[in-house]
This record gives sequence, C-alpha cells and structure tokens, in this order.
Amino acid sequence: MLLRHTPKEITERSALTINPAKTCQPIGAMYAALGVHGCLPHSHGSQGCCAYHRSALTRHYKEPVSAATSSFTEGASVFGGGANLVAAIENIFTVYEPDVIAVHTTCLSETIGDDLPQMTDKAIKSGKVPDGKHVIYANTPSYVGSHVTGFSNMVKGMAKGLAVATGRKNGRVNIIPGWVEPSDMEEVKRLAAMMGLDIILFPDTSGVLNGALTGEYKMFPEGGTPIADLVASGDAIGTLALGEWCSADAARWLDTQCKVPCSVLDMPFGLKATDRFIDTLRMVGGTSVPDSIAFERGQLVDLISDMHQYFYGKKVALVGDPDQLIAMTEFLVSIDMKPMHIVTGTSGSKFEKRIDEITSAAGYKANVKAGGDMFLLHQWIKNEPVDLLIGNTYCKYIARDEDIPFLRFGFPILDRVGHQYFPTVGYKGGLHLLTRILDLLLTRTDRDETEEKLELVY
Amino acid sequence: MASSAKKLVNWTPTDIKADMLAKYPPKVARKRASQILINEALGNETPEISANVRTIPGIITMRGCTYAGCKGVILGPTRDIVNITHGPIGCGFYSWLTRRNQTDASAEGAENYMMYCFSTDMQDQDIIFGGEKKLQAAIQEAYDLFHPKAIAIFATCPVGLIGDDIHAVARKMKAKFGDCNVFAFSCEGYKGVSQSAGHHIANNKIFSEVVGENDAEKPGEFKINLLGEYNIGGDGFEIDRILKKCGITNIATFSGNSTYDQFASAHKADLSAVMCHRSINYVADMLETKFGIPWIKVNFIGAKSTAKSLRKIADYFGDPGLTARVEEVIAEEMPEVEAVVEDVRTRTTGKTAMLFVGGSRAHHYQDLFAEMGMKTLAAGYEFAHRDDYEGRQVIPNLKVDADSRNIEEIHVDPDEKRYVPRKTTEEMARLEAAGFKFKEYDGLIPDMDHQTLIIDDLNQYEAEKLVEIVKPDIFCAGIKEKFSIQKLGVPMKQLHSYDSGGPYAGFKGAVNFYKEIDRLVNSKVWSFMKAPWQENPELSATYVWE
Repeated sequence: MLLRHTPKEITERSALTINPAKTCQPIGAMYAALGVHGCLPHSHGSQGCCAYHRSALTRHYKEPVSAATSSFTEGASVFGGGANLVAAIENIFTVYEPDVIAVHTTCLSETIGDDLPQMTDKAIKSGKVPDGKHVIYANTPSYVGSHVTGFSNMVKGMAKGLAVATGRKNGRVNIIPGWVEPSDMEEVKRLAAMMGLDIILFPDTSGVLNGALTGEYKMFPEGGTPIADLVASGDAIGTLALGEWCSADAARWLDTQCKVPCSVLDMPFGLKATDRFIDTLRMVGGTSVPDSIAFERGQLVDLISDMHQYFYGKKVALVGDPDQLIAMTEFLVSIDMKPMHIVTGTSGSKFEKRIDEITSAAGYKANVKAGGDMFLLHQWIKNEPVDLLIGNTYCKYIARDEDIPFLRFGFPILDRVGHQYFPTVGYKGGLHLLTRILDLLLTRTDRDETEEKLELVY
Repeated sequence: MASSAKKLVNWTPTDIKADMLAKYPPKVARKRASQILINEALGNETPEISANVRTIPGIITMRGCTYAGCKGVILGPTRDIVNITHGPIGCGFYSWLTRRNQTDASAEGAENYMMYCFSTDMQDQDIIFGGEKKLQAAIQEAYDLFHPKAIAIFATCPVGLIGDDIHAVARKMKAKFGDCNVFAFSCEGYKGVSQSAGHHIANNKIFSEVVGENDAEKPGEFKINLLGEYNIGGDGFEIDRILKKCGITNIATFSGNSTYDQFASAHKADLSAVMCHRSINYVADMLETKFGIPWIKVNFIGAKSTAKSLRKIADYFGDPGLTARVEEVIAEEMPEVEAVVEDVRTRTTGKTAMLFVGGSRAHHYQDLFAEMGMKTLAAGYEFAHRDDYEGRQVIPNLKVDADSRNIEEIHVDPDEKRYVPRKTTEEMARLEAAGFKFKEYDGLIPDMDHQTLIIDDLNQYEAEKLVEIVKPDIFCAGIKEKFSIQKLGVPMKQLHSYDSGGPYAGFKGAVNFYKEIDRLVNSKVWSFMKAPWQENPELSATYVWE
C-alpha cells in the first residue's frame, strides 16, 4: 500500500494539512499571465518559488514555461526587494524583449510589505520600461486563498493594468474562461466564432501551452490574448465570467470601472452549464445560435441516452477547484451519477452551499468540504467506497490503493497527456469527458466480470 | 552532423562567449563573463571561475531555493520521517513526490511517508500573530495519527521573517513525546544563493541531531557509508546490489532509499564514499573529525568509473578476499556492459553533448558519454562552488561573503567515546604512498578538454544561444529547460530526475543510459520538424516551368 498510514477512522485536524487539494496563489498568477501574448510572468520573491511554479506548469503541459524572478537574497528580504525588481525589469526588457511583464508577489515579498505600484512606478520613471511596453501586477500572497485566488487576481490585474474605457462601445464581448486548459480556451473561441461573435478571450493559453514542435523556439509564441484586445476589453458590450472563483473579480471590476455589464456563470462543463453559457452569450452578443451548435448539443444528449445505464447510480469521488467541481458535479448528477465525496482545498462556504443545492435537488446529501485535503477524501472513500475517482495526478495513489477507476482531471496532471489538446468545456468537451468516463467504467467491467457474464456488446 | 561540424569550425569558443554576452546590460555582462570560462587548463594550472554567487534578478535561472535543497533534495528520499513544511501551502505541494526518489518500503510493517505531503498551510492570521501555535498543534496531530520515530520541520520564507522559533517548538515537542525525535531546519528560501545552502542546512542538522543516535552494532563486513546518492530512478538500488554482491556492507546512504536508523548508525561505518561532492563533502569531513571515519571520492556513474570506485574501496580495506571478490564481480558484470556499448557506439560515436546540471552530475555523466564515444562540448553546474570546478585545493581560499556567512557552519570535535581512527597513521601513510588518495576531488575543469566551455549557473537565454550556435546532439539539464531545448530540435535529457527511466548508476545503469541516449539522439522524431511542402515549397513552380 502506498498510503499505508491513512486510517479509516476520521479524526479532527485543525493545524495539519495532509496531501493538499490546492497550492499557492503565485502559480495561478503565472498560468494566467502566460495567456497574454508577449508576456513574461515575473515572480517577485526568492527564486525557488519561480522554479517550483515553472516546473509544475512544465510537467503539466510538456511545454516551455518562461518566467523570471527577483531572486531575493537575505539582504533583499530585510531591506526590501525594490532594487531587485527594478533591476529585473531592466534586465528582462533588455534581454528577453517581452511586450509586457506581469509581476506577481509571493509570501516573502508580501510579508515584508513590498509596494508593487510604487516600485513599478520607480522603474517607469527611471526609464527602465521602454516606450509602448507595459508592466502589470497582482498581489498574490501565498497565505491567502489558493492557486485559484492567484489566477483570479492576475486576471483582474490584466483588466486593471490595461483595459481602457473610451466611452465608445466596440461591439465585442469579453469572455473570461477561468482556469481551464488551452484546449478549453480554443473550444470557447470556436463556439463564439460559430455564433459569429467578435470576442475578447482573456487569458488565452491556447497556442502557448499546447504548442508545436517545428525546430524553432519562440519564447513568446503566437498565442495569447493580444494586448490591444486587453485594452479594448474596457469598451466591450458585456463580459461573461466563467466561474465565480476564477473570473468574477475581473468581470466585476470591468463592470464598475468601465461600465461593461457582466454575467457570472458556471464553467461550461456538461450539458446544462454549456446551455446557460451559449444562451447568455447569445443574449449578450445579440445574435442567434446556429443549428450547428444545436446539433453538437443533440449529440451530447444522444450519448447520455445511449449509455445512461452505465452511468446510472455510479458513485463518484471528486477533488479539485471550486468552479470546476461545481460544474462537474452538476453534470454528473444530470446523467444520474452520484458524486458522493467532494473536496476542494480552496476555502469558501459558498462552495459547500452550491454542492449541497445540486445534490439535494437529486435527493441525497454528499460529503462536501471546502478547505479540505486528499487525506480526508481518502478517509471518506475508505468509509464509503466509490466507483470512480476524479482528480489530479496525486489521486493515483488513492486509486491504486483502493483499486478505483481514476479519471485525471484538474491541475496538475503530471503523468498523462491529452488535457492540453482535448477540451472539457462545451458540448464537444462533454462528449469527450463522457467517452473517457465510459471507457474507465467499462474497462473495469471487462476486467472484473465473470467469464460467463462478459459481454461483447455494451 | 555535417552542419554542426561546419558551425563549430566557424565559431570559436571566444566568439560563442562574446555572442552570449552581447545583449546583456553592461553590469550583467561583466558578472556573467566571470562565470563563463573557456577551458585553458594546462598541467597543474586550473583557471579560476566565479561560482556560488548571486543570481541576477530578472535573468531566467535554472536554480531553485534553499528550502528545495533541504526538504526536496536531502530529506525528501528518507521514508520514515514525517516531514512537515511550516509555511503557506505551496512549498510543501511542489516538493511532494516530484524528484523521482525511489524507496523500498516492502518490509513487513515498514513506515513510508514519502507519498504524503504535510504542511501547516499558514494563513494570514498566522503571518500576523505568529505560526508557532499552529506548528505545535500540527506536530501533535502528526504524532497522534502516525506515531513516527521522527518528525522534521522545514521553514519557508515567511517563517524566518516573522520570527517563529521552530527550533524551540521542536525541542519542546521532542521532550513531550519522549519516543519521537523532533528537529527543525531553518531553510528559508531566501537564504544563500541556490539550493546548495539548503543541502548544507539539511546535512548539518542531520549530523547534529541524528547521526550517532544508535550505537547498536551493525552486522556485516567492510562497512561503508554512501554519501550524496539520492536514489533517483533507482540508482541507489543498483549501487546497493553491486556492493552487496561484492560483500561490502552499506550502513547508511545519505539519503537515497534511507531510513532514520541509517543516519543514526552512520558512525558505525569504517569508510565514507562520497558520490556528490557538492552536496555533502562537509559531512564526510565531520564524520572523520568526530568519529575517525576516513573518506574517499567515488563515482558510480559510468561502468569504468564504477569498477574504479569498487577497486578503490577494496584497496582501502586491503583485504585479499574482498579484492578478489571485487575483481570477480567486475569480470562478471562487464561483458553485458561491453556488448551493449559496442553496439550503441556504432550510432553514437562522434556525437556531442552539453551538460548543465547539479553540483556533480555535469561532471560524472561525462564518463558515460565518453564510454559511448561522445564528446562533451560544454558543461557547468547549477549550484556548485569553486571547489567543484577547480578542485578541493581552493577551499582554504574561498571567500566568505554575505550570503555564505548566513549558512551555519558547525564545529565538530572528536567524540570522547566513539572517536576511533579506522586506520593507524602508518597504515594511512602506506596507502597514500601507494597512490591511494583520501579526501581528494580535482573538480570538473581538469577533466574537460581544452577549449571547451565551462559555464556556471547557465540561464535560459545562454542555453538557447549555445544550442542554436553549436547544435549539440544532446543537451542535459532539468525539467524547466527541457522543452525550450527540444523546440529547437535537439533532444534533451533531464539529469536531475531523468524524466523517466533509470537507474543510470552502476553496471546495469550504464546499460540503461547507453540505450536511453541511443534512443534520444537517433529518434526519428527529430527528422519530422518540417512538412513536405515546407521542405520543398517550390516544387509545383518547377513543374509548371518545365
């Protein structure tokens, strides 16, 4: 047994987190910043933070992840990191020539109280920021919230740092996709294009973190939200924020500061959430939904009906981030699966309330915990076993010990590929997700069924 | 090959160096110039390189931090210590199982916490009001849940800044439990200039808190400690297999596949064999000073180096039976190695490599490449010190700067009861007279060819330049560098955690490495970069013209 010390009996823990279901803010900020074209993320702290975040993102995507660091030493930690940041800004613009640097803080620079706006201002006034180039920033203390919070803060930082309201609407629709994969961002753009809408998607890591091998290395690949689009986001006719935790803050900022009305939706995983997304997009954009999208929807409904007998009543344990889990739980419940244990490492009672609403409507109560960890999830599973486990790569130890089919979903996925290429959002994403779930469940049946009962046709 | 050979003729090392520096602001260029050396080692003269110096803010470095070196590298591979990271959640999360250290916990009832990540997950109120109470509660919860024999506490950046006294908490809980050793590491990420500082902090603490705790006699003959071997991809398993076959007893590995008891019993060995000089040579020194255990440098990377190291250990013990057994083992193991390398060499001879990794691996792995007929064009370390480049003779003259001053140096005296010289002065003198070398390491530079490039703390920009200009057949570094190099169409092998596969140490490891490098440099994928219409875009025009 790999997790041989995890007891079935659950005891209260107030101080010790074991096998976390979250990580810290800065990595979220780094991931978001990679979704801006020509942007170099910069970690204002000691160099280990940047090394860890780059490593984790690199392992998840199997792609280069460039980011710089202020490389704090003990001296900088005592006297402040201002000199390090100004030197870093000069070096970065000279050597790497990005269009924009996206600075985020760390627990180190936050604890000593480094003032980013003042330091950035100093860099600009001393001529370290070339004309036409930008520095945007977000405060991302690691001891508040989680990686999700950091993502949200940097997305808001993009709006704050670049969006301009000229007072003349440009007819475009902002979509903030939240922390989803490059493949998902691509899918959102495809759906919007099918509806004939001119959207501004930010951030957009498609083409950045699912790149091609061509013999050429570009530190700043073709993908990413163009800076001009971020500037124009202040003149959009509306914003769709996909996910309360990941995207709402930026959308609300654009609403109050730039008078761009916002709608906060769930992430479009599964039938109903995608329905709401497409329907809202239609209304905000003032367009109609083409038959081609209705056809894709019909295909998803068709698959659910064809294979319903294999989903029905199957118990699921889920671990991941709030926005993803809410939409995923709703989807699974809608096909009559039974999410039994749901854990996110990110705190927030709103999460537990939403999950309760979804499962209560289906007539049962699930174990749900915001601010929980995978140790607790494993204990819940030991007490009430499940048919399927959904979560990031770290779940593989639980899956192996408990012999549960395991769907890799979320961040990080360190031992498989596919997430960067095939979407989960939209109807197509739903088809892809259900295909994978079916494959896991039926492969298990093929393995475990008695010889006399094994069937050729499912 | 043809194109790379042509390029090499056109670019002298001086040109390459100049090109790498050209774009830097003057201050950066000056600093980097002192860390980029064109090897002009001649006879006994080894040129000086600047190393273990601060990273330049904004320059994309390969380096990590002190916490990573302490918790991730040194204590990560020990299976039966509950390692609690005291800090916000990230540091514990990122160092959770990401280094491919293997461990054998198959024994009945064996403890294994390596799959677990423990953290105090500090919140803003802990930063404001102090985190000692939460730390104490977390240690108690870990003890109540697992009853481990040891709990280790690791400080992250904010802990040092807010002044949590983690050592006091550790002492208090150790006294309270009575049957669980609790100790703490002040390994805040901002200390030192790289993960090397973390290695020091970790090793010093293990030496002062754990080594010597178990005085029980250990069975076996020819007892050694293996220092600086981390069992990445099972390297330590392979070395242990060979040692066992030779009849050599490994008391403690620091720290691959290790247990608390191994560290506690390390003073029972009669020789320390040092693999990674950078991360642990000072522990070998302390083991000698305190307990009288001499040390030698070994290298189990490369089949010939493995044989050489085994002979060196046998020479030390001076036992004819052991010497004969070692020769038997070498004779038994080498045929398979030679058969594979002979086949692989037909496809690898003349190919070129660059190695930028670690504090020893950039040196050791050159032996394996040499066995395959491959030439190392450039190499350097990520976090080494000058002695790892130039040899141990420079140690007395190393400057103590503001950063290194903050890393605790512990003073050790001979243990009143347990100091036992393993060899008499005469025996030592006789061995030395016969050419046997104790505590000797000449470093990377003397082993590299004239006019090769030696670069300390290579960064992403310089790596890209090097690969673009020189086009080596393979580049070795870490995960962060992997894909930017491969985008250029050059295979990249991680030598920190090996990507996948291993072991690469010992005899079977050498075979694995030959095959792996053969796979990488001869993979067809590198010929797939261009689509047919990109290779010959003018074809249809030619047709029409005809």
